[in-house]
Amino acid sequence: MEYQAKELFAKHGVPVLPGETVDTAEDARGVAERIGKPVVVKAQVKTGGRGKAGGVKLADTPDEAVEKAEGILGLDIKGHLVRKVLVTEASDIEVEYYVSFLLDRANRSYLAMCSAEGGMEIEQLAVERPEALARVQVDPVQGVDEAKAREIAEAGKIPTDVIDEVTRILVSMWKVFVEEEATLVEINPLCRTPDGRIVALDGKVTLDANAEFRHKDVFEAYADVVSADDLEGRAKAKDLNYVKLDGQVGIIGNGAGLVMSTLDVVAYAGEAHGGVKPANFLDIGGGASAQVMADGLEIILSDEDVRSVFVNVFGGITSCDAVADGIVQALGMLGDAATKPLVVRLDGNNVEEGRRILAEAAHPLVTVVDTMDGAADKAAELANKGN
Amino acid sequence: MAIFLTADSKVIVQGITGSEGTKHTRRMVASGTQVVGGVNPKKAGSDVDGIPVFATVAEAMEKTGADVSVIFVPPAFAKAAVVEAIDAEIGLAVVITEGIPVQDSAWFWTYSQGKGTRIIGPNCPGLISPGKANAGIIPATIAPTPGRIGLVSKSGTLTYQMMYELREFGFSTAIGIGGDPVIGTTHIDALEAFEADPDTDAIVMIGEIGGDAEERAADYIKANVTKPVVGYVAGFTAPEGKTMGHAGAIVSGSSGTAAAKKEALEAVGVKVGKTPSETAELMREVLRGL
Repeated sequence: MEYQAKELFAKHGVPVLPGETVDTAEDARGVAERIGKPVVVKAQVKTGGRGKAGGVKLADTPDEAVEKAEGILGLDIKGHLVRKVLVTEASDIEVEYYVSFLLDRANRSYLAMCSAEGGMEIEQLAVERPEALARVQVDPVQGVDEAKAREIAEAGKIPTDVIDEVTRILVSMWKVFVEEEATLVEINPLCRTPDGRIVALDGKVTLDANAEFRHKDVFEAYADVVSADDLEGRAKAKDLNYVKLDGQVGIIGNGAGLVMSTLDVVAYAGEAHGGVKPANFLDIGGGASAQVMADGLEIILSDEDVRSVFVNVFGGITSCDAVADGIVQALGMLGDAATKPLVVRLDGNNVEEGRRILAEAAHPLVTVVDTMDGAADKAAELANKGN
Repeated sequence: MAIFLTADSKVIVQGITGSEGTKHTRRMVASGTQVVGGVNPKKAGSDVDGIPVFATVAEAMEKTGADVSVIFVPPAFAKAAVVEAIDAEIGLAVVITEGIPVQDSAWFWTYSQGKGTRIIGPNCPGLISPGKANAGIIPATIAPTPGRIGLVSKSGTLTYQMMYELREFGFSTAIGIGGDPVIGTTHIDALEAFEADPDTDAIVMIGEIGGDAEERAADYIKANVTKPVVGYVAGFTAPEGKTMGHAGAIVSGSSGTAAAKKEALEAVGVKVGKTPSETAELMREVLRGL
C-alpha cells in the first residue's frame, strides 16, 4: 500500500511529504493539526483507481479532515475494504515525473524507467507515447551509482535545473530496491512543487517473498490482516500453498505445475458437467505426509462451495503408498467432518501399493480412478450431482 | 549424445552432506551416474557412501575431473555456492534449491555471463539423460529406457507426468528448467541444443503462465527449429494477480496468460495439447509419422 511504500522511501532517503496513517476518523484531526496546512486524506488499499472511487479527498481544516476520513473509512474499492487512511500534506503540483526500477524477467536483469511526463497511468503512456518513456537496462552486478542514475534521468529528459535532485532520488530508490529486495519500486508521480521541492507523491513497492528470511521485520510489519475464518489465511498459518478460486471441485496435488494443470483439466471436464470449476489451488509439495494431507483436506472440506474433491498425485520423489496412508489417516482424523466425495488418482513411485492401501481401506467417500483425465471427469460429475 | 549431460559426465554435489543432498546423491548413483565427489567446507576429508567430500568446488574438480555440479544448499547460501561453482569454471551448475531470492539469482546469472558455466535452475528438478546420467532429483525409474524424445519443462511434476505418459518411447534428455522468474537455461537454450542433438527426433515443450518465455520460444522455433515440437501450457484457469505455487507463475494484466502462450506456439506450427494426456497423444502421432 502507498503508506508502506512511503515508509520504505523515507527510510532510504527518498523525499516524501509529511503524513501519518490512521484507522479512525477522529485520529485524522491530530495529524492534520500537526501538519498545520491543508491535507489530503487517502484510502490505503492494494488497488489503483482510488481517486475515481472517492477514496482521495482534500481537507482544508482538521475538522474537515475528520469528516473526509469518516466518508472514506469503510468504503469498498474494487472489493478492498478501506481500513486505514493516510493523512498527508496537500501540495500544489507544478510538474509530474515518473521513475521506477523493476525486475526484467525476459533479460534476467533490471530495468529503470523514467519519464518527464508522469502522473498518468504508465501503461497508457507506454502505449500512446513510447518515446516519452525511457527504458534503461541496469546490470544486477554493477547496480546504480550516481553516474548511472544521471544517465537514467537524462534518458527520461528530466529538466537540467532539477536533474541533480532527481539523480539523488534515483540513487535512494535503488537503495530501496536492493536493500529491501524488491521486484518493483515505482514513484508516480514524482512531483516538483511550486516552492521547488521534488517529492514522491505516490508510489508502489513490491517485495520478493523468497527474500522474506532476510527481512522478517518488514514482512511482519506489512503482513496482510487476515481473519481466522478466511480460508487463505488459515491455509497460510499451516504453511499450505493455497489459493481460493470460485468453483466447486476442491483440488489437492503435488507440484505447482501439476496442480495448475489439474485445475485446467477439471475446468475442461466441468464443461460436460453443468459448468463446475476448480474451487482452489493447493500444492502439498514433495513431502505429502499424513498431517499435510489432513491439513489440506480440512481446509478444502470447510470451503462451503466445495462439492467434491480431486486428489491428484504423481509420485516422483513422494511415494504413492505414503500419499495413500496420508489420505486414509486424514479421513480418520477428520471423522464425521469429512462429508464430501473424494476422487483419487495416483501414479508413479510405488503406485500399486498406494492403490492397494486405498482399496483395502474401502472408505465410502473415496473413488480411485486410474488416469488424470478420467479422475477429473469423475470429480466434476460428483460436484455437479451434489448440486 | 543427449544434451548437457552424457555418460561421460562427472558429477559433484554441493551440499552432499545435507539430508536432501545425501538422499539424491544415492539416487543419482543408483541410476548409473558417475558421482565423483561432494563439497562441504566443514566436512572436507569425510565421505558419503565412499564418495569423497572436498572443501571447495575447485579442489573437487582438480582431484576428480568433475564437470557438473548439482547444488542442494539452502536459499541463504545458494548465491555463494553458485558463485563458487562459476569461479571454479565448472561446465554445468544445476541449482535444485527452491526459494532463492530473485535478486540473488539475477546476480549470479549476470555474473556467469562470459564465463564458462551453464546454469540450470534454480528451483528445478535438474536433468536426466536416461541410461547415461542423472543430475538432480528426477526419478530415473519413471522412464528408464533411453529414447529419442527431448523434453523441456518449467515444472518438475509435469516433467514426471509427461515422461511417464511417453515412457514406452523414451527420452534422449529430459530437463526441468525451473519455475522461478529468473532462471539460467531457458526453453530456447534447450530447444537449440535438442535441434543440434543427433539423438533427438522430436521435442516436447511444457510451459506455464507468467513471463513471456513461451512466446519467445515460439519465435525461436519459427526461425531455427526443424524437428517437430509438441507443446503444453499449464494455468488456463489461473486468475490474474495470484501466484500459483511457482514464484514465476503469475498473470499480470493481459500478459503471461496460458491462452496467449498457446496461441503463439500454434501460430508457428507447434501442436499444443489441452491436457498432459492429450499432449502425449499428439507426440505419439508425431513419432508414428517420422
